Order: sequence, then structure tokens, then C-alpha cells
Amino acid sequence: MVTSDFFYAAIGRDYITGNSELTVRIVVLAKQVPDPETPPSQFKIDESTNTVVPPNGVPPVVNGFDLNAVEGALQLRDAGADVEITVLSVGSDFVMDAMKKPLAMGADRLVLVDDEGLDKIDSAATVKVLAAAIEKDGPFDLILGGRQASDWDQGHVTLGLSEVMGLPLVSLVQKLELDGDSVSLQRVIPDGYQIVSAPVPSVLTITNELGEPRYPNLRGIMQASRKKPEIFSLEDLGLSLDDLAPKLELKRLYVPESNRQIELIEGDDEADSGKKLALRLREEKLI
Amino acid sequence: MTSILLVAERDEQGEISQSTLQAVTAASGLDGASITAVVAGDAPVSASSLAVEKVVTISPIGSSDAGIYEQVTADLAALVSSTNPDVVMFSKSDFGSVVGARLAFRIDAAFASDCIEIENSDGVVSVTRPVYGGSALAEFEIASSPAIVTLRAGAFEPSTDAGSPATESFESGTSVEQRASVSETVAESREGVRLEDADFVVSGGRGLGGPEPFSVLTDLANVLGGAVGASRAACDAGWIDHSHQVGLTGKSVSPDVYIAVGISGASQHMAGCSSSRAIVAINKDGDSNIFKEARFGVIGDWEKVLPSFLATVRDLRA
Repeated sequence: MVTSDFFYAAIGRDYITGNSELTVRIVVLAKQVPDPETPPSQFKIDESTNTVVPPNGVPPVVNGFDLNAVEGALQLRDAGADVEITVLSVGSDFVMDAMKKPLAMGADRLVLVDDEGLDKIDSAATVKVLAAAIEKDGPFDLILGGRQASDWDQGHVTLGLSEVMGLPLVSLVQKLELDGDSVSLQRVIPDGYQIVSAPVPSVLTITNELGEPRYPNLRGIMQASRKKPEIFSLEDLGLSLDDLAPKLELKRLYVPESNRQIELIEGDDEADSGKKLALRLREEKLI
Repeated sequence: MTSILLVAERDEQGEISQSTLQAVTAASGLDGASITAVVAGDAPVSASSLAVEKVVTISPIGSSDAGIYEQVTADLAALVSSTNPDVVMFSKSDFGSVVGARLAFRIDAAFASDCIEIENSDGVVSVTRPVYGGSALAEFEIASSPAIVTLRAGAFEPSTDAGSPATESFESGTSVEQRASVSETVAESREGVRLEDADFVVSGGRGLGGPEPFSVLTDLANVLGGAVGASRAACDAGWIDHSHQVGLTGKSVSPDVYIAVGISGASQHMAGCSSSRAIVAINKDGDSNIFKEARFGVIGDWEKVLPSFLATVRDLRA
């Protein structure tokens, strides 16, 4: 709690002047993850180290949900706002081909907190590092994150960041528009959506309902290839691994065994298979 | 003794939800469990027979705060600091996901979401949760207190035990300034049975190749009295509305029969339908993961398989 006023001062802007010339600074949180499209047959775990074995020939990618957040920021630019989009990631062993994808889509800057051991910290520690990096690189007007990462599926880093920084939070945003010194949002609920207004600065998680992230065009790829990431070490942020001890201790990581046995229905041709499938389901009293 | 604060939720009728009854089962399984349920707003009738020691009520969630959850987070933080529970338990709902995470970071506590198992011994809580979209399971130990967890829908049977808890109210004494606020809720129209309640779900995926085939799936769902689902790929492609999405980031369904058409069966999708009684797969790629998860399957082109399947089902149910 002691940090919130301090962070607000570091993040916030003086909007009272209503200066429309002001560039809106957006930071999008992005994580490098193993490609979730990796075929299940190639997904392997080393149980002695509780880590996923990187599959041969399948490079890591930027978490797909984070690309939704990049897309959300770019849509603000498409709508005519003067925005500067910074992509921020915490980790080690970054693969630049992967991490530059948001730049190729149209983001302006890539900031990496790159240090040994940062790929092994838990999400509470990640939030600490992100908050320190945002404080150093800020102020920002909007902090956007994906709804969850496709590796650990916890979905709480962006939510936690709003708490640590003392900023308002709106989760599961499917549409966003800048509206003076606030943002108008649509927030997804199970059978519809809510219309939400949030002040600037705020923290938002963007959901895939926003729409598919755009494909980088050739010009974007060329521009991205010329851009260099700005890199912070933990020391640059006044942190060390000792500050980042996990709250959750991973004891075991394993692939569960599937013991389901499928019964394949084969007819004389595909149409006959369809008919036999229906009859078989009736036999089992399933339909 | 293990003191558990169980954050209860309501169903559409305002009564204690099925997911909360599942959480009661999970909480009761802990060693030395002593459960306090907390509910926002006046306690519903069904709370009076909940199998817990005590029911605590806090302020109702205002309509402009529903989905943002500023006040309820503050109230729960105050309740946790005054009662010091060992475990705070939520369902992994929209509410639980947001409030659980906010609460954990506000009070600097450990947080584990979407747990499918929870146990404790000697003050250490162990949880198991699916990771990598369900391709793997991870077991974690939490030594600090409180451990804040959300539970996956369907991972535990709903409690059928009856209790007679005392009810008391808790005033946090804090009134939070509403920063982000909800001005309106737009309900999307739904035809027929709710996806989550359907006994039959007919789902389509990338293999359908476009939006048109969903009309055949809808015909089949109508004949069965079921609902239409879809994979994330089909929804993101705009073939069908996202309200039909089944999976890790969509809806969780547990029908009697889940018919997957042109769905490869990525673990992220299976996370939303694996508790179905029987999964039936129609896919032309025999190597698809869906055939590892399904009980019945046809390897073939859905365009040829589905019409005869639909016609036969129609005859059988006539």
C-alpha cells in the first residue's frame, strides 16, 4: 500500500491541462512462451528439472494473448490517437525473431528486462520486476496485458500489477477507445459485455474477443529488423534475485496419462460411417 | 485446525452456486477443516443449510462495481486481516479470477489459480493445477499463509451435506472510491438452451473451413435439444460468436455427449469439455489429438459424415 501514491505519481500525467498534443504512452506486457501449437507428440517434460524440453525446430513465440493486447494498442492508433507503444518483457534467453513480432506489427519500442534466472521466477516476482521497469521507463498512460500466458495459464500478472502499482484495473477488455482523459471499454462477461469507463492511467487486460492480431507486413518486418531492444538488467532496476523468491514452490511437473480408449466407427464409406456412429450412440443410450 | 475462508457466489436465482458447493467439497477435504463462507449481500436461503461453520455477509456488489470489484476486494482484504484464515478459496469464475488475484497481491499472499486438487499437511498447502493449456499438470507447495486459490469448475463434486451455520455480518468500515466503473450491461441474445447447461453440445472448429457449416451443426443441436459450441480458432476467425467458445479461455461444458466436428483437440480446447460424459469426434485427420480424448470417433470428411449422422439421429429421435 505504501507504494501506491508513489507509483501513481510516477505513472500518472497531469491531465488537467487537457493538452490534446500529448502523446499517449502505452506499455504492453509480453511474454516469450513455448509455441502452444507444438504438436502434443512433441511436448515433453524433463521431470528431473521440472521444465519443458524445448521441442526441436519449434521456436518460442510471443504469448498469443499478449499479441491481442498489442493489437488493442494498435487499434487506438488506427482510430487516430497519437500513441507510442512500448512492449515490455521479463525473462532470459530471449529469441529476438520472436520478441520482435510486436514491433513488426507496429509497436514502437521493445524493452527487455533480461537477466539470468528471470525465466524461472514466479508470477509474484514477475510483477515486482515489471513494476520496477515501468517505474524506470514510465510514465505510461495505459498498461495493457493479455488475459493469460499460454505456459502457466495463471492469468494474474497484469491483475497483480494493478494492485502493486495502485492503479485502476479492468479485465477482459474486448474493445477500447480513448475518450479525453479516460478510456471507454467493453468488458466481456459470460453472456454479453459491460460498458466500462476507466480513468487514465489504468491497467487493462485484453481478451482474444478483441479480434485476431494483425499480420506484420513487409514494411513492418523491415522496420522491426532495424530496431534494437532496450535492455535492463535486474541491477538497473535496483533488484536482485534475492528479492524474487517464489511464493509457490514447484514440486512436480508432468504429463498426465490418458487412459481413454477410442472406438473408431468404420462404415462402407464416410456416409455409412456417419449412420453407424448414430446407431452406436443409440446402442450406448447416449442419444 | 485449518481455517478456510470460502468466498461464495450466487447463481442466476441469487442462491448459492454449484461452483461454491464444489468449493465446499474441496474445503471439507482439508485436514482439520473449519470453514467460514463469506457472501456479498444478504445471505440467500440456501446459505442457511450450507455445510460450513459460519456464514459471514459483506456489502452487496454495486452494479457499477460488478466486474471491477473494488469494494468487495477491500472488504475481503479487511476480513482476511481480521480473521487470518489459512486458506482463502474462490471458484475460478470471472469474479474469483479477478478478486482472488487482486486480494492476493493486495495482501502480498501466494495465489494459485484454476486448481484441480488441494490438500494440506503440517501447515503446508499443496495444489495441483493444469498448465501449458492442459498438456501438463503442476504440483505446487505453498508454505506462507494465507494461500489464496481458485478452483476449476467441475474439479470437485458439489457438496450435498447439510449444515446449520450461524450467520453474522462484517463491516469493513472502508468505502472505496469507484475509479473504473460499469455504466451498462449488454446481454447478447441466446436462442435455445444455455451452452453450460446443455446435455448435448455440437462443436465446430477450424476444420469446418468457414461460417456456413455451423448451420448444419445448429440443425444437429436442435434435433438433440442441445447447444452449439466452437473452438477458439473458429471464433477468432469470426465464423461464430465468441459466446459459443468452449475451452480454457471460453466456457466449460460437461454435457452427456460432446460432438466435436473438425476440431483438432488442442489441450486448450479440451480443458473446456474434458468432463463431458462422452466425447464424439469427427475429423479427417486420424492423427488429431481429439482421437486420443474421444470415446467414439469417425475418421472422415465431416461434409460426408455429418449429413447421414444427422439424418439417422433425426430418425432415431422421431
